[in-house]
Amino acid sequence: MRRGDALVLPGVTLDIHPGTVTGLLGPSGSGKTTLLRSIVGVQIVAAGSVTVLGLAAGAPGLRRRVGYVTQEPSVYGDMSVRENLRYFARILGAPPSRIDEAIDEVDLRAQADQLARTLSGGERSRVSLATALLGRPELLVLDEPTVGLDPVLRRDLWTMFHQLAEAGRTLLVSSHVMDEAERCDELVLMREGLIVAAAPPGELLARTGAADLEDAFLALAEAT
Amino acid sequence: MSAARTLATAERVLRQLRHDRRTLALVFVVPPFLLTLFRYVFDGQPETFDRVGGPLVGIFPFTSMFLVTSIAMLRERTSGTLERLMSMPIAKGDLLGGYGLAFAGVAAVQASITSVVAFGMLGLDTEGPVWAVVLIAVANALLGMALGLFLSAFATTEFQAVQFLPAVVIPQILLCGLLVPREEMAEPLEWLSNLLPLTYAYDALEQVTAVGETDGDVWFDVGIMAGCILLALALGSATLRRRTP
Repeated sequence: MRRGDALVLPGVTLDIHPGTVTGLLGPSGSGKTTLLRSIVGVQIVAAGSVTVLGLAAGAPGLRRRVGYVTQEPSVYGDMSVRENLRYFARILGAPPSRIDEAIDEVDLRAQADQLARTLSGGERSRVSLATALLGRPELLVLDEPTVGLDPVLRRDLWTMFHQLAEAGRTLLVSSHVMDEAERCDELVLMREGLIVAAAPPGELLARTGAADLEDAFLALAEAT
Repeated sequence: MSAARTLATAERVLRQLRHDRRTLALVFVVPPFLLTLFRYVFDGQPETFDRVGGPLVGIFPFTSMFLVTSIAMLRERTSGTLERLMSMPIAKGDLLGGYGLAFAGVAAVQASITSVVAFGMLGLDTEGPVWAVVLIAVANALLGMALGLFLSAFATTEFQAVQFLPAVVIPQILLCGLLVPREEMAEPLEWLSNLLPLTYAYDALEQVTAVGETDGDVWFDVGIMAGCILLALALGSATLRRRTP
């Protein structure tokens, strides 16, 4: 695949299993966002095929079934949290009751009537996350959703991710923080546009004999 | 396309404007202010003010909505909200229709306020009915909106988007016949003016305000404006990409 003049993600092959939380880990610039964009279907892909829930990525039939949260919070800064969610709920055809539920899911009740641009960075990314939760999508693609969040909220969000997975939804979450890796059911490690490894955390530890996932990632990165 | 999504988008655009009271105030106050300025700049030549004042009421919305839409669309493109919408079940027509409805409404209010000041307080006369002036003003607003939406695709910053105003709008105002009758211009400019949509807007406004016509000629002009709006919307729609590099 090409992005600008650079050839990125040459020959990536990857399967993501339904009902799991898959972590996409790797340093900044390793191609995580490009891979996520390809799965959501907003990335022009030069070659190869991406199939999501049995359809080609970006197919009209997926627009209700896939939720995508970009790294930069994409919400209207000049509207309140609730107004943002009300608009996106109407576009998704989600029932109005979902608006307050989604606000509670990301713990923004106290800020619900505040303009999005007056929120802190972490709060704004939660508005963005709440937007993706509105339509209860089968696949949630989250690009670094926990950056800049306090540890308690980070833990709560990961608990929610697992609850969603237990309810049969599939989550693909990118992160560059290794301590989030152990919270995932499956891990995909990326480096310089290539997938270094894809396996459950336990298997990665066993395969490398490393004490933790950080060491396992180092061992795998150096072996390639 | 869906009426619910179009209306939701129109309501959202208006809600954003409502939170930005200063912009809204500028949209409503600047045209009457400028018209008042014109009135006293041409204090010694009232016949000039009488000639340009009426058509100006209908031309202000073109400029305002061009500017507001190009910035609003640029923000949608750079903030990621456009990409988010394009990954949702919304048709491009819903988005364009929503913007169109919202800005047509704002333009109708803007043109009504300006009309009250122009025809009620500044002593301007129009031969034809004021509603026709307001109607052409709304068509002008849609024209400005459609052009702004299309051109926002070629700006990557708000600085660039603002520069499109002098680049795209001022030449049309110069060439449309408002300042100098078109037949008195250098001949190539007269030909060029035939290709610019604002020329037809001015012609319609002049027919209504100076001649008092609301017959076939005016509707021919409005028809050409409608064609230009649809063309600009089609071009603008092509710049709303579901997939980007």
